[in-house]
Amino acid sequence: MGLVPVIARGQSDGDRSHMTDPCNAILALDRISKTFGRAPFAVKAAQSVSFALHPGRTLALVGESGSGKTTCARLVMREYTPSEGRLLFKGKPVETGDARALAAYRRSVQMIFQDPFSSLNPAHTIAYHLRRPLQLHRRDLKGRQIDEAVADLLTKVQLDPALVAPKHPHELSGGQRQRVNIARTLAVGAEVIVADEPTSMLDVSVRLGVLNLLNEMKRDMKLALLYITHDIATARYVAEDIIVMYAGQIVEWGNVNKVIDNPQHPYTRLLLSAVPDPEIRFDDPRAQLKNATVGEVRRLSAIPQERIVAIESDHFVRQIAA
Amino acid sequence: MTQPLLSIRNLTIDYIGETTDFRAVDDVSFDVAHGEIFGLAGESGCGKSTIAFAISRLHRPPALIRSGRILLEGRDVLDLDPRELRHFRWREVAMVFQSAMNSLNPVLRIEAQFYDVLHTHQGMNRKQARERTAEMLRLVDIQPDRMRDYPHQFSGGMRQRIVIAICLALNPKIVVMDEPTTALDVVVQREILQRINELRKTFGFSVLFITHDLGLMVQVCDRIGIMLAGKLVEQNTAQKIYGAPQHDYTRNLWASFPSLHGARVTEIAAT
Ligand SMILES: Nc1ncnc2c1ncn2[C@@H]1O[C@H](COP(=O)(O)OP(=O)(O)OP(=O)(O)O)[C@@H](O)[C@H]1O
Ligand SMILES: Nc1ncnc2c1ncn2[C@@H]1O[C@H](COP(=O)(O)OP(=O)(O)OP(=O)(O)O)[C@@H](O)[C@H]1O
Ligand SMILES: [Mg+2]
Ligand SMILES: [Mg+2]
Repeated sequence: MGLVPVIARGQSDGDRSHMTDPCNAILALDRISKTFGRAPFAVKAAQSVSFALHPGRTLALVGESGSGKTTCARLVMREYTPSEGRLLFKGKPVETGDARALAAYRRSVQMIFQDPFSSLNPAHTIAYHLRRPLQLHRRDLKGRQIDEAVADLLTKVQLDPALVAPKHPHELSGGQRQRVNIARTLAVGAEVIVADEPTSMLDVSVRLGVLNLLNEMKRDMKLALLYITHDIATARYVAEDIIVMYAGQIVEWGNVNKVIDNPQHPYTRLLLSAVPDPEIRFDDPRAQLKNATVGEVRRLSAIPQERIVAIESDHFVRQIAA
Repeated sequence: MTQPLLSIRNLTIDYIGETTDFRAVDDVSFDVAHGEIFGLAGESGCGKSTIAFAISRLHRPPALIRSGRILLEGRDVLDLDPRELRHFRWREVAMVFQSAMNSLNPVLRIEAQFYDVLHTHQGMNRKQARERTAEMLRLVDIQPDRMRDYPHQFSGGMRQRIVIAICLALNPKIVVMDEPTTALDVVVQREILQRINELRKTFGFSVLFITHDLGLMVQVCDRIGIMLAGKLVEQNTAQKIYGAPQHDYTRNLWASFPSLHGARVTEIAAT
């Protein structure tokens, strides 16, 4: 199992030697912490977070609002420097002094943003948006070959090149723009794609199309995907593995089906119980969250804990404070 | 039948362009009963927010109401003069937006933001306003002593609850909520909406609820209207919209949802 974690089966008790499965991981966070501000106002946005991304797999990141998901994305994008811990790319730490390695990293690790409207330049055609990165990163391509590569990329993301290439962003729908954004990450030669709520601003009717596209790219082009979302049903839909975060800590992780069908951490259970379900109306007592219970789950989940329990070889939970 | 609280009749709204006008809302009619939660669903750009703004009389050019009526307890909202409008906003209709949590003034304590509204609209003094603030914060499960804090000291979900508390402080007859919980996790979302559901039972206000999430909408709403390109194509009870959708478009909306415990739909081709 090419999962994340951190600790071998049965091992526990804050083991400092836990590894992040470097063998086939393309990218790994190794006990990374990120603190904003200074005491007494410091926010621990990420606390000793470890996970690994693998080619051909999607890791979903879900959790409370403000639990540190976007912080993890920005750490992966190297927009934030870790306060502690290491970022490993193909098994090695990324050296800030090595310009070539940095350039390779920037090319390989690409982000798709939540807002498909703001990430494209309104003054340029879609063809331009794809031609530029190809010219920069695919020096081997000349003249006509570049246009062919643009057409090829658009076809890959299921857009008609003849129709779409000459258009400007405002002439496309949100779903189409998000496809262009995906095509652009491919133009650069991305191996890792970080998608922070890539479909939350899209219509339900086009969401599935974008998610399916991500699924196919992952499978056919062996991309590693980090998929951040509040929509746990779609996480199950696109991801093999899932991480649940609360207050800067990963509280549970593992195989997406095992975590969703057999949640162990009280916060994971709470989160899953609150997923909208048209079968249960709010007036139904089963839908009611009890304030006292929710408060207690939050209080317990926020306490930093090092002990980790292996439920199965591919399902782990952070032990709750006694 | 008793008179509905809100009655939208043949509402048509255009965005005026330089060369052509764009019809964003096209001959829409629906009623919201006293104490009812009515949902408006439909794709991005179908005109939901445009209706929400018109009901609150917050629409601005280039939006132009071409025709139709918006009746609140029989009185046409579109006929209000500026003085009546001040009374109408907040005290009769309150509105919560998706980004409302960012609309709190960052340099004012929560207490002061309540005072602004309560003083302006009800002439309350500081002491009265403080008591009302404490009461309202308790309703949304926030410790009253935190009224001395500034917005940045609260999480997004808490800020959104504070905005809702401010909106409810003047006992409005209807609260218009446009994607009030979209950016929040499902636990916080459930807490907020559960609270709204209880409060409307206690105080009897109505809610116009707008969201992209049809599953959530069915859980929360009594009745739902489905919009497509400016038109209301179907309206029915929440159960019927879920269990027996009539319009093809409604059926398609349902089909495009992966469900949490349903079969993995990975094999489905792109729609
Ligand atoms: N640049 C920053 N400076 C200070 N604090 C920050 C910064 N970025 C994030 N934080 C804080 O770190 C915590 C984690 O934020 P983050 O944006 O990672 O959460 P998230 O899980 O993405 O939330 P959401 O689901 O709401 O997007 C929050 O408390 C946030 O206020
Ligand atoms: N200021 C404006 N000028 C011109 N057209 C506008 C303006 N505001 C909105 N529109 C158009 O009116 C239509 C309805 O917009 P509205 O904001 O009501 O949609 P919505 O249903 O709320 O969508 P969403 O789900 O994305 O919030 C859209 O096609 C939009 O492009
Ligand atoms: Mg975020
Ligand atoms: Mg809207």
